[in-house]
Amino acid sequence: MIVASANHRFRKFKSLAMNSLCIACALLVILPLVVILFYLVKMGASSLNLAFFTNLPQAPNQPGSGMANAIAGTLELLLLASFVGVPAGILGGIYLSEYGGERMNRWIRFWADVLNGVPSIVWGMLSYALVVIRMKAFSAWAGGLALGFIMLPLVLRTTEEVLVLVPRSYREAALALGLPQWKTIMRIVLPTALRGIVTGILLAMGRIAGETAPLLFTALGNDYWNHNLSGPIAALPLQIFKYAISAYDDWHRQAWAGALVLVALTFILSIGVRLFSRGRFQKST
Amino acid sequence: MAPAGVGAPSGSRLADRVFHLLCLAGALTVGLLLLLVLWELIKGSHLSMKTFGWKFFISKTWDPNAGVDGAYGALPFIYGTIVTSIIALVIAVPLSIGTAIYLTDLAPMWLRQPLTSIIEMLAAVPSVIWGLWGIFVLVPVLRTDVYPVLQKILGFLPFFEGPILGVGLLTAGTIVAIMILPIVTSVSREVLRSVPNLQREAAYALGATRWEVTRIAVLSYARRGLMGAAVLGLGRALGETMAVTMVIGNAPNISLSLFDSGDTLASVIANQFPEASGVMLSSLFELGLVLLGVTILVNILAQIMIHALTTAETRRVA
Repeated sequence: MIVASANHRFRKFKSLAMNSLCIACALLVILPLVVILFYLVKMGASSLNLAFFTNLPQAPNQPGSGMANAIAGTLELLLLASFVGVPAGILGGIYLSEYGGERMNRWIRFWADVLNGVPSIVWGMLSYALVVIRMKAFSAWAGGLALGFIMLPLVLRTTEEVLVLVPRSYREAALALGLPQWKTIMRIVLPTALRGIVTGILLAMGRIAGETAPLLFTALGNDYWNHNLSGPIAALPLQIFKYAISAYDDWHRQAWAGALVLVALTFILSIGVRLFSRGRFQKST
Repeated sequence: MAPAGVGAPSGSRLADRVFHLLCLAGALTVGLLLLLVLWELIKGSHLSMKTFGWKFFISKTWDPNAGVDGAYGALPFIYGTIVTSIIALVIAVPLSIGTAIYLTDLAPMWLRQPLTSIIEMLAAVPSVIWGLWGIFVLVPVLRTDVYPVLQKILGFLPFFEGPILGVGLLTAGTIVAIMILPIVTSVSREVLRSVPNLQREAAYALGATRWEVTRIAVLSYARRGLMGAAVLGLGRALGETMAVTMVIGNAPNISLSLFDSGDTLASVIANQFPEASGVMLSSLFELGLVLLGVTILVNILAQIMIHALTTAETRRVA
């Protein structure tokens, strides 16, 4: 039998203490999420009503104020961003999985990851330089372009990740039947991985739906309906920002309500989609 | 039906080549986009570079009303960015690594996946909402309950002197810390998971306690990758914009006191870009260029540090 020496007891104690510390870390990391969800529901839910989803923003303390135009604007911007980010991202992803050599791929992945780390406000500046200065106006186009830049590397990486999961034998079977490679990819590889690719696109949309900084001087925001894409357009995060830094309690309440809607949107996009797609990924490996 | 590959070889070969090039173009947009943004920001900052030269980086004044065109210097914003990022790292890195250890080595199996998902949810909360929460929840709590205590204990240090505003460098750093927790945690977790189990088993076999296994076999093995995770967190912290803008106080100060208000590269761009023109606009472009350059370098460093470990690892296994 081993006699527990003082040293051994100390080591045991130290191990227990350090492990407890790790548990404390984990709890502390989760704490902010619990706290922010609590406040979003507490402050936001009471200000949500039907008018919030159907009406335009009103002056402070006017009844029936809403963010209908901002919600629609955010969806429009997501759509515009997808036109920029999705085609290039998918084509790039196809290249990485189907064509590229080891060396080339490593470089492209590397630069995509670096691109991913560029602060989002910088993409707003690029879009400002490319679109706003040339068109001499803030516009939905500029906002969508800025968000599209952020989307591109995300879509590229997720597309590649799901395409490499498509079994090699599918491609070989199609090629053996005499299908040219581009048709093999379009008819066999892409449809097989479609669900994964769509998941990746929705995840990227969840990432950009809450982006505010790149929209500040591109989409600019708007208190009215705007159906002209060459003009300033409202967006949910911009409206939240404007209300949050205002001096009116009424607007603060609305900012919380908007925040609740925005978080719900991003969570549905990022978490819901992930759960929905989980079964498929495992099957195809 | 004619077999496509044999029946019409030249047509489909052309189509194949076109499609190949199209995909290549898609992949190359990644590099082109980086060159494009560098080029546009350099072009935009031309006027500022011509007017101020290298003095831009050491000048402390940011005053649109000075002289005819105003006087612009980057130092207060570089200072604010560095200070808030350091605060964020000091808070976030130990917490993240502790959590990552818990997730890979300590937590019961059934808890690991749900916990990881919860931390991913934290990453999905938009910056502007952290800012909103910062203004109305965090700032009042820090101002009335936390900072006075901190000042009482550590007030002899220059960092904790002076009036307590609630908003300021320390508050901004705290919010940024919360925002980089998920990415530092998830990369640290990946790094720790890549440590071979053989390492752990060897340490256990020598009679090490659970913590000794973590320290000797896991942490020392993964040190470089964990530093990479921290550097990646630094990259995110440097560019964090909205939440910082909302709680930092927005004043171009260089103050030792962490309770004082400040400004970062990203926050001053967010605040002043929409109304700027002329030399001021160009100076903001130059600040953006500095931000872009630094984050690119930091991210390259992080990628190298993280991948050095994972590729060494795959080589070992192969």
